[in-house]
Amino acid sequence: MSTSEFEEIIVLEEQLIEAEATAPRPVELAAQDVSVWFGKRKVLEGVSIDFPKNTVTALIGPSGCGKSTFIRTLNRLHELIPGAALAGQVVYEGQDIYSKDVDPVHIRLKIGMVFQKPNPFPSMTIRGNVLSGLKLSGMKRSGHDEIVEETLTKAGLWKEVKDRLNHAAGDLSGGQQQRLVIARALAVNPHVLLMDEPCSALDPASTLKIEETIRDLSSSVTIVIVTHNMQQAVRVADNTAFFLASENEPGHVVEQGVTTDIFGNPQDQRTLDYVNGRFG
Amino acid sequence: MANPDLGQRDLQAAATSHRGDRIFNRVVTGAAFTALLVLAGIAVFLGIQVIPAFQSQGLSFLTSTGWDINTDPPTAGIFGMLYGSLLIAGIGLVIGTPVALLLSIFLVFIAPPRVSRILTNFIDLMAAIPSVILGLWAFYILNSQAQVWQELLNQYLGWIPIFQNDSGNFQGTPFIAGFVLAIMMIPIVTSVTREVLGRTPPELINASEALGCSMWTMLRYVALPYGRGGIVGGIMLGLGRALGETVAVFFVLKIVFDTNWYHVIESGGGSVATLIVSRFGEVSGAFELNLLLAAGFFLFLGTLIVNVIANLIVTRTGRLQK
Ligand SMILES: Nc1ncnc2c1ncn2[C@@H]1O[C@H](COP(=O)(O)OP(=O)(O)OP(=O)(O)O)[C@@H](O)[C@H]1O
Ligand SMILES: [Mg+2]
Repeated sequence: MSTSEFEEIIVLEEQLIEAEATAPRPVELAAQDVSVWFGKRKVLEGVSIDFPKNTVTALIGPSGCGKSTFIRTLNRLHELIPGAALAGQVVYEGQDIYSKDVDPVHIRLKIGMVFQKPNPFPSMTIRGNVLSGLKLSGMKRSGHDEIVEETLTKAGLWKEVKDRLNHAAGDLSGGQQQRLVIARALAVNPHVLLMDEPCSALDPASTLKIEETIRDLSSSVTIVIVTHNMQQAVRVADNTAFFLASENEPGHVVEQGVTTDIFGNPQDQRTLDYVNGRFG
Repeated sequence: MANPDLGQRDLQAAATSHRGDRIFNRVVTGAAFTALLVLAGIAVFLGIQVIPAFQSQGLSFLTSTGWDINTDPPTAGIFGMLYGSLLIAGIGLVIGTPVALLLSIFLVFIAPPRVSRILTNFIDLMAAIPSVILGLWAFYILNSQAQVWQELLNQYLGWIPIFQNDSGNFQGTPFIAGFVLAIMMIPIVTSVTREVLGRTPPELINASEALGCSMWTMLRYVALPYGRGGIVGGIMLGLGRALGETVAVFFVLKIVFDTNWYHVIESGGGSVATLIVSRFGEVSGAFELNLLLAAGFFLFLGTLIVNVIANLIVTRTGRLQK
């Protein structure tokens, strides 16, 4: 092989890698024209967002515009609230998760959730918490020790807790608890992880740790994160969707797209105002 | 740590320097001690009665069963009564606890809030039924119903020793006494367990929902372990009530001075409280009265022990699940 040929191959390879990075990734999860009601009150209208595989999508918007409500429709937690109703579709693996023959338990295991307030089970040990998803859902996975180490490592907590796996989860700091909860969610092997303001109860150092975790996870999991922290959205999210609800009007998506566009070059005046902290 | 640093200042005195607070403090402390004093007074009063009882009967007052006051010398033993109290309270527990638990699960997790509120009020009202009324109702109405249930139990489960009945008499059985006790325990146990389950942190319920667990697994691994201490406490509270219950049992249980070990649907059983109330009206004299009060002491002791055990269980249930 001559040098020029060799160089040609390298160039080709580089082009390939570049193409891979910019090629549109397949959509893992998609909300299609989703509207949501609590009783008679409509709180969300016509929300359509695609969540490409292994990307991070940030949902931003002022308080009360329906971000939490929306994220809860994505794994069928919304329906557990009495009086909750929904229109539209949420498509996962090519199927509407709300269709009759879909088991909500399967959906909730494939689409995990991390809440605002760290919520490990206080009566269980650290190890017990990581494995609790398996226990609670009756899911069988062998090699518990490996699962514990692997998921805690992914969640960035392994080094801190490996010598006290049998201690109470309640003894951990808030940031550690939140990472434990992430490990717990990962232990059931989800494809999608929903996070509703996962850092809002945490200090800046823990927040950075969690953001690091999110970035690491995004190579294997599709992540949807609600955040009030604009810098956080810029730091972690590939895409961003901006929600807004005006008075007496249900929330809707004003603008969505690649994060750098939403923050650097928004098309809508309201988006521009919001990302620059002018309201909300 | 002997001498506090000289520079240390007395914060306690400062914290209670407000005059009103000080007076209030004393009143409250006084009230608390009064309660203790009353308790101790009862214990001492009853305890003194035990001495002559033991002098005349010896230990067999506790280990034998019988009440022959008119023989010479008179003999009395309350073993069958003590055991019977435990037996019928146990039956009440076995029947009442599952009902109370299911009821509170329904009230907290399943019923719509309105239904739950109304039902809760009714259950609380149940606790307010005077036991004499419950006893009368049990005597006139429940008795004949329970006769049928017991016959069925005997017919289909008679091969289990506890459901044997050789006499064909299904009246005045420990079962029906226990059943009445269950009715009295249910509101007490329900109100405690409902309270406890209602305090399951919503974050934990959220967490279990998001992990795809069913209502049943949520209860089993989250809500019940979380409320375990309180639930056991509630059950013990019900047990304490059942041990001491007198009138309602008096109406439905046939007292016999013969230990009914486990034939729960065989006529005849015992209970210390019922023994006392049944003899008290026609007590033959100071001698018998003393024996009854001595029996009362052991009833008192029994309920005290149940409560202590309850406390121990409640404090020891903070343990971790693996
Ligand atoms: N369980 C509920 N029952 C009735 N209305 C609800 C319920 N939960 C939320 N809502 C209403 O739905 C709307 C959207 O609420 P949601 O919690 O989704 O907002 P959010 O965007 O997450 O706000 P925040 O940023 O403050 O968390 C609000 O007006 C709220 O009052
Ligand atoms: Mg929210």
